[in-house]
Amino acid sequence: MISAWLTQHGFVLFLTLKRLISTPVTSLLSIIVMGIALSLPAGIYVLMQNLQTISGQTADFPQMSLFLKLDTTQDSIEKVNQRLEENPQIQTVQFIPKDVALQQLQQSTGLTDITASLMRNPLPDAFVIHSQENSTEALEQLRAVIQSWPEIEHVQFDSAWIERLNALLDLARFAVLMLATLLSIAIIAIMFNTIRLQILTKRDEIEISKLIGATDSFIQRPFLYFGAIQGLAGGATAWLIMALAIRTLNEELITLAQLYRIDLQLQHLSTADSISLLLFSAWLGWLGARISVASHLWQIEPK
Amino acid sequence: MITFKNVSKRYPDGYVALNNVDLTVEPGEMVFLTGHSGAGKSTLLKLIAAIERPTSGTITISGQNIAQLKPAAIPYMRRKIGFIFQDHKLLFDRNVFDNVLLPLQISNFDNNTVAARVRAALDKVGLLKKEKAMPIALSGGERQRLCIARAVVHRPAILIADEPTGNLDVEYARDIMTMFTSFNQVGVTVLIATHDASLLEDTQHRILSLKQGKLAA
Repeated sequence: MISAWLTQHGFVLFLTLKRLISTPVTSLLSIIVMGIALSLPAGIYVLMQNLQTISGQTADFPQMSLFLKLDTTQDSIEKVNQRLEENPQIQTVQFIPKDVALQQLQQSTGLTDITASLMRNPLPDAFVIHSQENSTEALEQLRAVIQSWPEIEHVQFDSAWIERLNALLDLARFAVLMLATLLSIAIIAIMFNTIRLQILTKRDEIEISKLIGATDSFIQRPFLYFGAIQGLAGGATAWLIMALAIRTLNEELITLAQLYRIDLQLQHLSTADSISLLLFSAWLGWLGARISVASHLWQIEPK
Repeated sequence: MITFKNVSKRYPDGYVALNNVDLTVEPGEMVFLTGHSGAGKSTLLKLIAAIERPTSGTITISGQNIAQLKPAAIPYMRRKIGFIFQDHKLLFDRNVFDNVLLPLQISNFDNNTVAARVRAALDKVGLLKKEKAMPIALSGGERQRLCIARAVVHRPAILIADEPTGNLDVEYARDIMTMFTSFNQVGVTVLIATHDASLLEDTQHRILSLKQGKLAA
């Protein structure tokens, strides 16, 4: 019984592939249209994933600068250093004495003339720490704790840009969702129409099959398979379009990455995301076919 | 095997195609159904195939009341019957073999035996050598025989033929009648609707004749 069921489905699969190949241009065109439609939201999603990785790298161990009061003694500096090193939330501690800070300023900004004219060093001693945490709340909390120490003049920590980036990513995510919804509806409509035309051309076959005892599910099956397979092929096309785009972009990015001395390489969808894309596109095709079959098959009854 | 009890069929426009018809076809019987066009032959066959439903009365086929069948059960009922259509209803996009294969695919037959069954059916109607031919290349008589092969391939208990000799010359018609007789001899119940008087001349089988929707004695 199960083997008969399997052969039946295997046969339908074979028939569907034959049907796809028998009209190569039409099939190819619909698959390409579906592929392009899917590659838009999926492509933006890939870019977002990459942006998140980049922002994640820099925000992984956020940096905080602690400026000590100008009159802080060597003793107090030791104490602050000790307290920082004992704090489990802090990963690294680096002390920058004011003399060093002044030297760095002279070297890096080319303000040698101005700094040389200064009567005394205006810069405070400072610590640069890297936090273990990277959530905004945890960072704000750490900043409040350190700020309350008497030796500390000011704690500088720029969380705003991370927040802005995250807000932007949220917005982009929403846009992807909207775009994906709209284009999914378009794909369902395309499949609906494709199957409608197929049902019309197969009118005789459907009528005769019904006359000699075919069940509705037997008649529907090839159309549903067709929808799912074409959807799957559309998803695979979208994947290939993105792979091609990412390869091209990466070649361009090499120059940019070299200029900024950063590692900037776009990654394609993860395996799990790729499988999701394929399953989703197959489901879309199936759904379009299902709706079409439901709204057209009942009209064909033997007379 | 087939029983009509007080069956009437009135169409929405008021035309009465069948009027209080009672008939019984016994299992293993071969029966002719005749009548002029418009006498209700086609309606009677459509009722048996559950293409249409009677306005009143009951139709029983092997114990099942067709008039009360749920739509989902109709396909399974139709599989018990082999239909031979006046217009053949062949599929022109596939060859002879695949046309005969269709009923077996529909009823989910075991893949190991289908080819043998199809060839056996083609052999019975003398089309074995043409299994790869397309229906368009067949003559009228051959198409009729192909339609018969498709009707018997799943070995139904009942065979129903609508004008099986419609456009055929006498010799072909005789061939086809011989086939029906041989199916009947192995126990198949056969119902043949025809207005071809020559078929009825020297038959020993029962003849039911319809006149204006009523069964004449």
